[in-house]
Amino acid sequence: MASLDLLSDQGFRIDGRRPKELRKIQTKLGVFAQADGSAYIEQGNTKVLAAVYGPHEVRGGKSKVLHDKALLNCQYSMAVFSSGERKRRPRGDRKSMEMTQHLQQTFEAAILTHLYPKSQIDIFVEVLQSDGGNYCASVNAATLAVIDAGLPMKDYITACSASIVNDTPIVDINNFEESAGNLEILIAVLPKSSQIVFMEMNGKLHEDHLEKVIDMAMMGCSDVYDILDQSVRDHVSHLSSALCLNK
Amino acid sequence: MLKSKVFMLKTKKGSIMKIVREHYLRDDIWCGFLACELCSHDDEKQLPVLELSPPTSSNLCPGSHYLIPDTNVLLHQIDVIEDKSVTNVIILQTVLQEVRHRSAPCYKRIKDCIDDPGKHFYVFVNEFHKDTYVERLPGESSNDRNDRAIRISVMWYGKHLALSDDSLRVVLLTDDVANREQAKQNGIHAFSMKDYVKSLGNASDLIDKLSTDENKVIDGKPLYPEHLPLSQIQEGIKNGKYMQGTFQASRENYLEAYVNIRDEEHQVFIQGHDYVNRAIQDDLVAIEMLPEDEWTCPSSWVLEDEEEKGDEEDIKEDEIVRTSTGKKSKIPSGRVVGIIKRNWRQYCGMLQKSVLKGSNRHLFVAAERRIPKIRIETRQADVLDGQRIVVVIDSWPRTSRYPQGHFVRKLGNIGDKDTENEVLLLEHDVPHSSFSGAVLKCLPSLPWIITDDDLTHRVDVRHLPICSVDPPGCTDIDDALHCIELSNGNYQVGVHIADVSHFIRPGTAIDKEAANRGTTVYLIDKRIDMVPELLSSNLCSLRSEEDRFAFTVIWEMTKDAKILSTLFHKSIIRSKAALTYAEAQLRIDDKSMKDDVTEGLRRLNSLAKILKKIRIRNGALTLASQEVRFHIDSETHDPIDVQTKELRETNSMVEEFMLLANISVAEKILDEFPDCALLRRHPAPPASNFEPLIRVAETRGFKIDVSCGKALADSLDAANIQENPYFNTMLRILTTRCMMQAVYFCSGMCAKSDFPHYGLATPIYTHFTSPIRRYSDVIVHRLLAVAISADATYPELLDKHRSQSICNNLNYRHRMAQYAGRASVVLHTQIFFKNRILDEQGYVLFVRKNALQVLIPKYGLEGTVYLMDANQQTMFTYNEEESTQTCGDVSLHMFDPVTVQISIDSTNIQHQKLCMKLIKPVIPNFSVNPCQNITEDQPPNKKLKN
Repeated sequence: MASLDLLSDQGFRIDGRRPKELRKIQTKLGVFAQADGSAYIEQGNTKVLAAVYGPHEVRGGKSKVLHDKALLNCQYSMAVFSSGERKRRPRGDRKSMEMTQHLQQTFEAAILTHLYPKSQIDIFVEVLQSDGGNYCASVNAATLAVIDAGLPMKDYITACSASIVNDTPIVDINNFEESAGNLEILIAVLPKSSQIVFMEMNGKLHEDHLEKVIDMAMMGCSDVYDILDQSVRDHVSHLSSALCLNK
Repeated sequence: MLKSKVFMLKTKKGSIMKIVREHYLRDDIWCGFLACELCSHDDEKQLPVLELSPPTSSNLCPGSHYLIPDTNVLLHQIDVIEDKSVTNVIILQTVLQEVRHRSAPCYKRIKDCIDDPGKHFYVFVNEFHKDTYVERLPGESSNDRNDRAIRISVMWYGKHLALSDDSLRVVLLTDDVANREQAKQNGIHAFSMKDYVKSLGNASDLIDKLSTDENKVIDGKPLYPEHLPLSQIQEGIKNGKYMQGTFQASRENYLEAYVNIRDEEHQVFIQGHDYVNRAIQDDLVAIEMLPEDEWTCPSSWVLEDEEEKGDEEDIKEDEIVRTSTGKKSKIPSGRVVGIIKRNWRQYCGMLQKSVLKGSNRHLFVAAERRIPKIRIETRQADVLDGQRIVVVIDSWPRTSRYPQGHFVRKLGNIGDKDTENEVLLLEHDVPHSSFSGAVLKCLPSLPWIITDDDLTHRVDVRHLPICSVDPPGCTDIDDALHCIELSNGNYQVGVHIADVSHFIRPGTAIDKEAANRGTTVYLIDKRIDMVPELLSSNLCSLRSEEDRFAFTVIWEMTKDAKILSTLFHKSIIRSKAALTYAEAQLRIDDKSMKDDVTEGLRRLNSLAKILKKIRIRNGALTLASQEVRFHIDSETHDPIDVQTKELRETNSMVEEFMLLANISVAEKILDEFPDCALLRRHPAPPASNFEPLIRVAETRGFKIDVSCGKALADSLDAANIQENPYFNTMLRILTTRCMMQAVYFCSGMCAKSDFPHYGLATPIYTHFTSPIRRYSDVIVHRLLAVAISADATYPELLDKHRSQSICNNLNYRHRMAQYAGRASVVLHTQIFFKNRILDEQGYVLFVRKNALQVLIPKYGLEGTVYLMDANQQTMFTYNEEESTQTCGDVSLHMFDPVTVQISIDSTNIQHQKLCMKLIKPVIPNFSVNPCQNITEDQPPNKKLKN
C-alpha cells in the first residue's frame, strides 16, 4: 500500500482537487515588448514564460533554409531556480533537448508555416517554476505567445496530462502525483477538431484503462482550451478598449 | 469546478528540502446532514449519511446529537466505537489521517465502520473545507494544530447544523483534559469517552469494552525495568548497541523466548521476567546482548503460569530457571530494553475468576499459550465465567505483573463445539462470516444452462471416459482424469480441472471475497468455503453424469510415461463416475471389470508408478506427517473413533497426475508471462535446520546426508531399524519439521535461482488443480486462459506488485488454514478422550529436562509425560549430552517405544489438557497400572505406512 493515498475514499486528491479538476490556471499575454509575441502561464505551481520571434530571416547559415515553409526553431529551458534543488544546467541536457524536440513537433502541426517560406520562427520557452506538467504548461504558454505574435495557426494547441489511481483516471497531475504514481500520459490536441497532435506515455498501463485515461486527458485539454480562449478574448478586448480610449 | 485560494504547505522531508505543495480549499463539501439546504451534494453518490434525528440515551447530553471523536479516542476505544449501539459519528479527515498514520489495523476497522450503512458514520473532509482549514501557527506543535483543527470543525458543525435544526448538537469526545478545557471555553460540548459511555442508558456492556486508562498510575513498586524511549532505542540501533527483532515466546515455558533479529538469520535467547520485560508475542522489540559469561540456554523445563500471583509477590521462578542452567551449550542471550512496536491483537480465551468475592478485577487466560494472562475489569464475571471471551490488551505498566486489558465480546460456552470452532477460526484469523449479498449476487441463476455460445468456445469431450477419484464424502470435486490408448499405441492422458475462473470474473465482489479468503479451510467437522456452496459443491464440482465446464490438460505419452506433447484447452466434460480412492482401487484390482473407466484407471496407475519412480530418482522427498480421520457420531457430532489416514495406490496415482499438470502449467505460464506468473517455490532449508535430526540419527548409528535433496532422500531410505519399524517414520516426521514453508510468489519479484521446489525436486511448480478451494489456482487458471487466448487479460493480472501482494495474502491464509486444521484435530482429540482413559503404544519423540514428548502414532497425537511431581522432585537423572532420562536401571532414549495412559485432565476447567502417564517401561513408584480397558475390543490399528 502506498504510504499516501493519491486519491482518498472521499474522492479527493492530495491537494484537495477532485479527479476531474484542473489546477488553477492564470495567464497573461504580451508580457514582453521586445519579442513579437509573448505569454506567461501559471498552472498551479508550474509557471512558464514563452516568447515568439519571427517570422524573420533564417539565421545561422543558408543551409538551414527551407524553400516551401518557415523553419520552426524551439528552445526549452528550465530556470536554475525552478525546482527544489538548484539546477546546474538550465538547458542543453538530455531532458531539455527531448522537450525541445517535442515542442517543435507539436507546433509544426499547427502553425501554418507554408505561408512563410525561407523564413524562421523562434519559440523560446522558459520554465520558471516546476511542479509537474512542464510540457503541458509549455505548450499552453507557447500557444498564447504564438497567438500574441499574430502568427496564423490551424487552431489553438492545448495540452494536458492524466494518470490513473486505483482504476480512477485523474487529470492534470502535479509533481507529487507524477513521482508517486507510476503513469503519466501527455496529450496535445487541436481542440476544435479534437485531433491529437502529440501523445506520450511514461510508465505502464493496461490496455483496458488506456481509453479512460486518454478521454480524461482530452477532457482536460478542452477545459484548458476554454480558459485560454477566454484569456485571449479578454486580452484583445482590453487592447481594443485601450485603443478606443487613446482616440 | 470551484477553486479557491492557493495555500503553500511547506514540509521538510528526509534530507532538508523545501517542498511546496498546493492546497485547494473548497466550498462544495457536504456536511453529511441530509436535510441541510446550505450544502450542495449529489444524492445518489453519497448514501451512508447521518440520520436526521439520531436516537440517544445519554443523560449527560439529552437531545439528538452527533459524535465527533478525536484521534486518541478512535485509537484506544475502537472496541466501543465498533459496537453497534454507537451510531451517527462524524469522523474528521484530520483524525482519520492521524489514525491511518499511527495504526493500520485500527484504520481498517474504522473504514469498515464507515462502509457500514447501519452505523451512519460520515467522513467530513475538514482539511479541504474553506471554513474549517487551519494553518499551523508559529511555535504550535502539529498535535496542537490538529487538536485546534478538530475544535474548529466541531464549532463549525455546531453553527452550521443550528441553521437547519436548532435542536441538533455536536459532541466532541476527547480523553485529553486540556483539549476538553479549551473546547469548553469555545462553547463546545466535550466529554471524555468514559463519562459519555457511562451516561448511556444500557451501558454495562459498553463500559466493559472501555479501554483502561493508560495514564492511571498503579501504586506499588515497579516490578519490571523501565523501557527505553524510542529516540534512545533508535540511536542504540544505529550505533549497534541494540538490535531489533520480533519477539517469539516459547510455547513450553512462559519465561523463555527468542527474538528473531531483523535481516539476520540467528535468534537471540531471552530468559526470565526481567529480561523478557513485558514483551508479548509478535512485538517488535529492541534487545541488548548480554556479555558472554551471562549467556544461558533453554532450561528444558516445561513451565506454565498456573496460579494467580499478586503484584507484590516476588517473581521467584527466575531463580528456579537460572540456577538450573547447565554449564554447556550456552547460546547468545540478551534482554529486552524497549518495545519498538506492539503487535497486539484481539485474544480469545477464558476468564479466570478472582478468588476474592465481589471483585471486579479478574484475570483472563488466552487460548494461545504464548500470551500472558491479562487483567481485565468487568462486572459480568458471573455471566462470563465458563464462557469463551475476546479481550484486548490496553497497556502493561511497570508496576503490574500482568498486562491490563478490557473485555470485547463473548463467544459462547466453553467446551461447546461451535464456540470452540469459533475460537480457533478467530485465533487463526480465518474469515468465516457468511457470504454477503453482493457476493451472492455474482452467482449464476439456476437452472444453469450451457449455451451454444459456450459450446463454440470449448472443446466438447463429453464422450471421453472421464472419472474423478477423491476421498469419501468429498463434495467439491475439482479434478477428473482420463486415459485412452491412441491408434499409434501411445496413451492420451487428460487432467480436467473445474473451470472456476469462468464463474469468478476478475474485479467482482465474489472475486474480491475469494482473494481475501484465499483458501477453503477444512476443520474436522466443518468446511469454511472460499466460494459459495452453489459453486463449490454444484456448478464447479465435477459430479458424475453431469455436464461441467473444465480446464483440460492433455498429454500424449508413450507407455513408459515420456511426454510427447502437451495441450491446454477449455472444455465441456461429463464425468462417468465419481469414485473414492477405495472404489477406484477395487476397480483396478478386480480383474473381471473391463469397462472404459476401469481400463483407463489401470493405464493411469501404471503410468503413475513410472512417474513416481522418476520423481524419486530426481530426489523428491517422501515425508511423513500425521494425518488422522475422526469417525463422527451422526447424532451428537462427537468423534467416536480415530484412525490415521490410509494411503492406497490410487492416492498416489491422482497425486502424480496433479503434480504433472501443475508442472506443465507452470512452464506454460512462466513462458508466456515471465514477469507476472504466479508460481510456488519451496526453498531448500539451511543446513543448520537439520542439526537436531543429524544428531539423533547418529545416536542410533545412522548418518543423514543433507547436502542435497537426493542425498537426504537416500539416507532416509537407508535408516531402518528392524525391531522398531516406526523409527523411519519418526525420522521422516522430524525431517518434515526441518523444512521451510513452501510459498507462492510472483515470478517477476524473485530471482530465477530461487524458483525450484525442494520437496518435489522440480525446477518450477505452481498450483493449478484445485481452483475450488485455493485462490492461487484461480489466478493460474486466468493466466493460462490468457496464454492460450481463451480469455482476455485485465490490468491487475499483469501487475507484478499486485500479484505479489495477492501471493503474500495467500501465503498467510494458507499457513493460518493449516494451523486452524491442526488446532481442530487437537480439539477433537480432546473431545474424543473426554470420557475415556486409554492405554496406547507410543514413541519418545524428544527427551526434555522434566518431561518426555511422546508420539502416539495411532492418533497422530503428541503429548507430554511429566517426569516431575508438583514439588519439582524427580527420580530421573537427565543426561543432556545423550538426551536420556534414567531412573534406576531403566533409561529412556529418543525413539524408544513406551506405553502410556491417556486421559483428559479436567482439574483446570480453564485449560483442559491431555494427560499422559507412563505404563511401560515399568518404573516403581512412577509408572501407573494399565487400566483394564476399553481398548480391548478395538485392537490397535497398525496400518502404518513406512
